[in-house]
Amino acid sequence: MADIPGTGAKPLLSLHNINMTFGGIKALKNVSFEVLPGEVHCLAGENGSGKSTLIKIITGVYRPEDGAVIEYDGQTYSHMSPVTAQANGIQVIWQDLALFPEMTVAENIAFQTVIGRWPRFVNYRTMRDIAVKALQRLGVALDVDAPLKDYSIAQRQIVAIARALVGEAKLVFMDEPTASLTQSETDHLIEIVRSLSASGVAVVFVSHRLAEVLEISNRLTVLRDGALVGVYPVEGMTQSRVTELMTGKNFDQQVRAKSVRDNPVVLEVKRLSRPGQFHDISFNVRSGETLGITGLLGAGRTELALALFGMLKPRSGSVSLHGKPVRFSSNRDAIKAGIAYLSEDRLSLGLIQPQSIADNLVIASLDRIKSGGLLSDDRKRQLVARWIADLGVKIGRQSDAVSTLSGGNQQRIAIAKWLATDPKLLILDAPTVGVDVGARAGIFEIVAKLAESGLAIILISDEVPEVYFNADRVLHMAQGQIAGWFDPQSCSLQDIEAAVYA
Amino acid sequence: MRKLVQSHATEFALLAVIAAICAVLSLTTDSFFSLGNAFDLLNTSSVNIIFAVGLLVVLIAGGIDISFAVGASVVQYVTALILGYIGGGGWMSGLLIAGSLGILLGAFNAFLIHRFRIISIVATIATFNIYFGLLMFFTQGVSIYDLPDWLTDRVVLFEHEMADGTWAEITLPVLVMVICVAATWLFITRTTTGRQLYAFGDNPEGARRFGINIGAMQFIAFGWLGMMAGIAGLIQAHYAQEVVPNALYGRELDVLAAVVLGGARLGGGKGSVLGCVLGVLLIAITQNGLNLLGVSPFAFKMIVGAIILVAITLSNTSIEKLLPFMRGARR
Repeated sequence: MADIPGTGAKPLLSLHNINMTFGGIKALKNVSFEVLPGEVHCLAGENGSGKSTLIKIITGVYRPEDGAVIEYDGQTYSHMSPVTAQANGIQVIWQDLALFPEMTVAENIAFQTVIGRWPRFVNYRTMRDIAVKALQRLGVALDVDAPLKDYSIAQRQIVAIARALVGEAKLVFMDEPTASLTQSETDHLIEIVRSLSASGVAVVFVSHRLAEVLEISNRLTVLRDGALVGVYPVEGMTQSRVTELMTGKNFDQQVRAKSVRDNPVVLEVKRLSRPGQFHDISFNVRSGETLGITGLLGAGRTELALALFGMLKPRSGSVSLHGKPVRFSSNRDAIKAGIAYLSEDRLSLGLIQPQSIADNLVIASLDRIKSGGLLSDDRKRQLVARWIADLGVKIGRQSDAVSTLSGGNQQRIAIAKWLATDPKLLILDAPTVGVDVGARAGIFEIVAKLAESGLAIILISDEVPEVYFNADRVLHMAQGQIAGWFDPQSCSLQDIEAAVYA
Repeated sequence: MRKLVQSHATEFALLAVIAAICAVLSLTTDSFFSLGNAFDLLNTSSVNIIFAVGLLVVLIAGGIDISFAVGASVVQYVTALILGYIGGGGWMSGLLIAGSLGILLGAFNAFLIHRFRIISIVATIATFNIYFGLLMFFTQGVSIYDLPDWLTDRVVLFEHEMADGTWAEITLPVLVMVICVAATWLFITRTTTGRQLYAFGDNPEGARRFGINIGAMQFIAFGWLGMMAGIAGLIQAHYAQEVVPNALYGRELDVLAAVVLGGARLGGGKGSVLGCVLGVLLIAITQNGLNLLGVSPFAFKMIVGAIILVAITLSNTSIEKLLPFMRGARR
């Protein structure tokens, strides 16, 4: 693999025989990895596949076991140290960015200049010059004297990239850089990555969003369970092929859509509007139906969901549940009426990580486990046991902290928490954000089972394939309005994608 | 100018409030607006300002310290004993001894916080009790009045005879205070270590990834406060011309309120020396004004309490939002 056919380029970085063990578990097994100068390389793998361990070895945070060979820019090392890595132009943009919000943009970008053991005087003018130059290179105009906290996440991302460039970067790692960006911000970031690559900087991209990975990368290295699966050119790769490589399983997705025309209507929305967010929205959801809502970020999907859940007040229009008009003054009313809403950030906000699985599961349905006015441990145990079994959650004991579970299992607990309130309508907003590809399939299994049992479900996602394969009907929203309806049984995935990304 | 107002909104807001209070007091009392009263305010506030700039450094680094005021009492007492033992000493040796003892006490706090991962408020509540308990136990609450002459002699740096024949004076504590304030300002805004402290308080994990020595940050922050507290302790003994073991007991909360009022954030990464000084002055002027207005001293505590409440409330929202003319000044 030393030479890439057709390029003849020598690798900038090449690792061989990398092994790493944590507490008896092999995190990396004889892994090799290569990056060519100036290429955009994608490192793909599920959580726990060893991606971050590999990055930490390359950046010197971890030391690999003996026998490792690291060749970088013509030098051979047995291990890296953070100082050598940085001094030689290896930079990481961490997922949490590691920036300082109270400091100015200039100080954030040029923070390298105040590092060092011995105190020196700070030269703010040099810092400013460095920052301005780095931003110019990215073609971005930001006020370098303003505090960073005045800027959006997307702009902070750019600051983090600018900071990486200050160290004369030759190799930049980006760990999930688009996780919290909107589509247009992602597009801008992709442009920046392209221009970096064109100027000779190699970029290694770690991302869960396969679509953008395939759009931007030249080559792809896939890891699974700490072992190398292979290195592939991105040309001709499809999302489902990458998923298969990452999980080792074949997810040949089938359209699940079915006709539910004869079922009773659960939710009826008529001409619902809220100025600036959504306009003239009418639809219904039947018992046993999964309604998919897709569209770009900012299309008003989440705002619509929040209005149905009583957290935003619509200006005009009506909502009825089982034929009866409802008007919620808060989400407590909505929960009482039988609406459950799983927000996008459920892993951080929807679960109380240090508390037990059982306590998390029953927190929204405490009324149901009362006995004589007090909470009953027995009832709690029964309720929890039932949902754990129903949703196939793998847990140790009910009293274990939620934080001990994997992302996919945490997700199931979050869903179970709402199901325990016995809802009639379940709204899932981006249910797979932060969940591994493998675990996603499991989540949709549950959604299908719930629909079968008669629950009405609204599935919101900006990943078109998710709604295409899992919903009975697909509503496309754009700029706050209904832009179109699709029936997955009679249209192709490309039809919807073409409409959404038009 | 607009930019300056934006980036120093808290300081400008404080200045505005102070100006308003001064205007009211000048009109309602005849003695507030005089050089003598202004100098008095500076003389009496000096010790608190020295404490405050020390505490500011700890707050910026993301910590908090409850023990510094009783720590200063310990330093006062031990310094007085050492000075007696070495036969007098002078300002140089006095400041050196007091500063070093203060650093030791601060370093002990940092050691507990860093080595045993105790959160700073818990660690320093513990040392607050330990320091004060030890002091009262060993001294039996007995004060020291027999201090060296150099320490008790008033040093007047500037004087001006007023029309009514009284003297307006600036005394030594003000000079020491100015030096401490300038040194702290230089330290936290103009040195790399100071910027590392800000970064550490702002985002500890981010600072760690940059290779900043986290342990060193704790020792430097608490050491700086310890040194300032030691110096403030000696100056307070000079000002009061005696060493009373429990004289500074309770001072920590007044100072903390003033520093937070000055825009420092409990939680780290934010705060300025100017804001901190203005915070102390605001409380001092309020007290002084109440005094001149003839309000009962028993009401002072209540009003300082109210100011503490306001300060803590504002530590997250910031004062300028409450003042109509400052609205829109921030983007």
